[in-house]
Amino acid sequence: MRLPRPRGPLSALTATGLISGVGTSTDRFTSALDELPPSRDVLADDDFQLSLWMLYELHYRGFDDVDPELEWDPRVLACRRLLERRFEQELRFRTEAQVHKARKQAQTGRSGAPADVLAAELGWLIEHMEGPRLAPYLQREASREELLEFLAVRSVYHLKESDPQSFVLPRVGGGAKVALAELQYDEYGAGRAPRLHQTLYGDALEAAGLERTYGAYVEHAPGSTLASNNVMSLLCLHRRHRAAALGHLAAFEATSSAPCRKIAAGIERLGFSEVVAAYWREHVEADAVHEQLAIRDVCGRLVADEPALHEDVLFGAACCLYLDALAATHLLDGWQAGRRSPVGAGA
Amino acid sequence: MSPRTPQPVQVEPCPDGPVLVRGADVVLDADGREHEVTRPVVALCTCGRTQREPWCDGTHKFVRD
Repeated sequence: MRLPRPRGPLSALTATGLISGVGTSTDRFTSALDELPPSRDVLADDDFQLSLWMLYELHYRGFDDVDPELEWDPRVLACRRLLERRFEQELRFRTEAQVHKARKQAQTGRSGAPADVLAAELGWLIEHMEGPRLAPYLQREASREELLEFLAVRSVYHLKESDPQSFVLPRVGGGAKVALAELQYDEYGAGRAPRLHQTLYGDALEAAGLERTYGAYVEHAPGSTLASNNVMSLLCLHRRHRAAALGHLAAFEATSSAPCRKIAAGIERLGFSEVVAAYWREHVEADAVHEQLAIRDVCGRLVADEPALHEDVLFGAACCLYLDALAATHLLDGWQAGRRSPVGAGA
Repeated sequence: MSPRTPQPVQVEPCPDGPVLVRGADVVLDADGREHEVTRPVVALCTCGRTQREPWCDGTHKFVRD
C-alpha cells in the first residue's frame, strides 16, 4: 500500500514528512493544527483523521513509500501526539455526559458485583447512544451502489479486523487476558486460515466486484469512518487506555449481531452472491458469543481485578457508540442528499 | 507441549442471555439434530426466539421485556 492522497494541509504535511523520511517539524504541525477553524469537528474532519490514520498505519502494515524506521521516530511520534491530544479531548467532551448518566443510573438502580454493575452501565450506554438506522436502511432500501459504498468504506476496518485489540493482550493479565485471547482466536479463524475474519471480508469484497487489497478504499472513506478506525488505534496503542480499548470492544461486539443479520438480508435482497452475505451471517453468530465474552469475561474480569479502571471501560464504550453513530449518519446523509459514490459506480 | 488430555465441557449461563459452552464438539437440538461446533466458544439460545437454532443470534435483547 502507498500513502493515500492528502486531503488538506495536515495530511499534506504528514505525507511529505513521511515520504521525505525526516518527519514534520512539530512547530509547523502545531501551526497547521491551530489554523483549523474552531468550528471544525475534528471527529469528522477528512484532513485531521486521514493524517492520524497515516501515522497509526505505520504500526500495522506500513506503506511501500515510507521508511519503516519512522514507526518509532520521535519527530513522527511528536506530531501524532499533537493529533491524539486533540482527538482525545474531543472524545471526552462528546461522551462525558453519557458516561456520567450511565454511572448514575446504575448506582441508583442496581447493586451487586462490579462486573454486574458494569454490564448494566454498558447496557444503558448501548441503549441510549444508539445510532441512526443504517442496518435497517441497508436491509430494505439501499441501492446496489449504496451497499457497495458501505462495503468499501467498512473495508478500512474489516481488512484489519481485530488487529488493534491484539495490542491490548500484553497489557492486561489473568482472566481478562484469557477471555480476550479466546475472542481473538475466534476472530483469527480458530486455527483455520480460510476462516480468518479479515479473509472472509476480502472474499466478500471480491465476490461483490470490489478490491480486496488492504487499504484499497482508504481514499474513499470519509473522516468519520477514519475516526471510527483511529479511535481503536488510539485506545489500543496506549497502555493507559487499555480499559477503554476493551470497553470499546464490548460496545462494538454488543451492537453487531442484529445489524449484521439485517445487512446480510439487504445483500440477499440486492442479489449479491452468497459469499458476500456469508461474512455478515458469520458475524450474527460470532458476535452473539463475543458480546457475552467481551462484556462479562473481558471487561467484567478486568474491573473485578482493577476496580480503578471501571470508568475507563465506559469511556471506551461511549467512544465506540458515538463514532459509529457519526459514521453511520454521514453515510445516510450523503445517500439522502443523492451523493453518488465513485466506488459503487465503478464496480 | 504436553499430550492433549480430554477437557470436560464447560457451561456458563449468562443472565438474561444465552448459555456459553466451551469444549463441546457437537450440540443436539430439541429435535435431536446434530450441530457441529466450529468455534472455541458457542452461545446456545435459551429464549427460543433465535433464527439460527441452536445458536444465539442476539434476539433475546429485543424480547426480554
